[in-house]
Amino acid sequence: MNQAELNAAPATPFTHRHAAHCESGSVANLLSHYGRPLSEPMAFGLGSGLSFAYLNFIRIQEMPLIAYRAPPRGIIKGVSASLGIPFQVERFRSPNAGTARLDSLLDQGRVVGLQTSVFWLPYFPEDMRFHFNAHNLVVYGREGDDYLISDPVFEHPVRCPRADLERARFAKGMLEPKGLLYYPKAATQLIGMVPTPDNITRSIRRVARTMLAPVPIVGTRGMRWLARRIARLDPKDAATSRLIGHIVRMQEEIGTGGGGFRFLYAAFLQEAAESGSMPVLAEFSTRLLDIGDEWRAFALAAARMVKGRDAFDPPAIAALFSAQADREAAFFRDLRRALA
Amino acid sequence: MNIDDVPQEGNATLAGVRKAVYARGANNRIVTVASAGWEVEEIVTQQAVDIFSNYAAAARARVKAGESSPLEYWMYARRMDLATFAQSSGIWRWRIRRHFQPARFARLSPTLLDRYAHALGISRHTLVALPRDALI
Repeated sequence: MNQAELNAAPATPFTHRHAAHCESGSVANLLSHYGRPLSEPMAFGLGSGLSFAYLNFIRIQEMPLIAYRAPPRGIIKGVSASLGIPFQVERFRSPNAGTARLDSLLDQGRVVGLQTSVFWLPYFPEDMRFHFNAHNLVVYGREGDDYLISDPVFEHPVRCPRADLERARFAKGMLEPKGLLYYPKAATQLIGMVPTPDNITRSIRRVARTMLAPVPIVGTRGMRWLARRIARLDPKDAATSRLIGHIVRMQEEIGTGGGGFRFLYAAFLQEAAESGSMPVLAEFSTRLLDIGDEWRAFALAAARMVKGRDAFDPPAIAALFSAQADREAAFFRDLRRALA
Repeated sequence: MNIDDVPQEGNATLAGVRKAVYARGANNRIVTVASAGWEVEEIVTQQAVDIFSNYAAAARARVKAGESSPLEYWMYARRMDLATFAQSSGIWRWRIRRHFQPARFARLSPTLLDRYAHALGISRHTLVALPRDALI
């Protein structure tokens, strides 16, 4: 579709789909709208979304950065590169300019993805509003003073008043969005852009490379390092409970689809096995589901200690954690070999 | 995780919002299921919320005792630590810390108060006093 056709095209209603993770959900819903049907797991997989990082030197509200996923915006970039779909990406100096641009795109019938803070979005439940600036959502229209928003981590579309969305887009601090908006470029022919086995293989190798990287802070080595740190914690110190709770939060609470994104990635491997005609991936999907279950077991054991139902036992928690590092190291070594 | 194992026990911190999780359904297909919540998540989210509530409560007591200014209370009540507050207001940490002194805070210019109030998303009028009831 070229620019003129896009402008002339009647506005297709936007289909909202509930997703586990904001970035993969937004990209999948956005591309599906523009004519390239894409599931959330496929977006997550092509974007090499799975990871692990323990960056002790980056502190966010006194807690070290712990992530079970790739850095923000990686999924958009990965999907864009794998499918050969260029995205128009814009940032703005001033909130006024950002809002004016968003309005004019919406008035042209365009649906756009945004990066925002979570804290300033009034439709989020109070207890989930923290200062995290790399949330993703899709805006598909406006009505009066409200924007019509498809926030993929919500079950249904929501509305957000103008002033609040502007605030959320221009929140300051770490990972600040600077009004970032994105959409597939108009001239792109999206239909027919299917993930090839080659794209899939490359995206999986990227994950395996990170997970097995010979550096101490990412992948399975990062897990082992964190496990060693946990083992040394003082069970009576309040900071111990905070750190353990923080790890579980990063694994389960932050839109991961359960088990620190492992179930979501297993869904990708399953879809890739079938649609990408790579049957070898099916058994890896099942194996990763089992690893995800072990992550859930770890979360349960840890949360019981945080809640005070079980006595704090840092070495036991550390042992669960490093067993996961062993499982994932073996998993990714086998996966890499299977794709060689 | 199988579909039947997806927790539906509820999670007060979600206020009725359901989250999508991935689980194994019929014919081993992995599908999304809307989950009403898992207690594990509730425990850790509540812990994160409580950390700020506790900081805010302690700051509130200090303000009442004349040892700190409402600025410190509001920072925590809006779920910020000093680093986040410094970034969102564009004011250096040491300067903010000085403005936690009640005497200095009382002398702040309207311009600076507005900057703080904007960063916190409250009005200047609200910023200069403690709210009657604790907010979080």
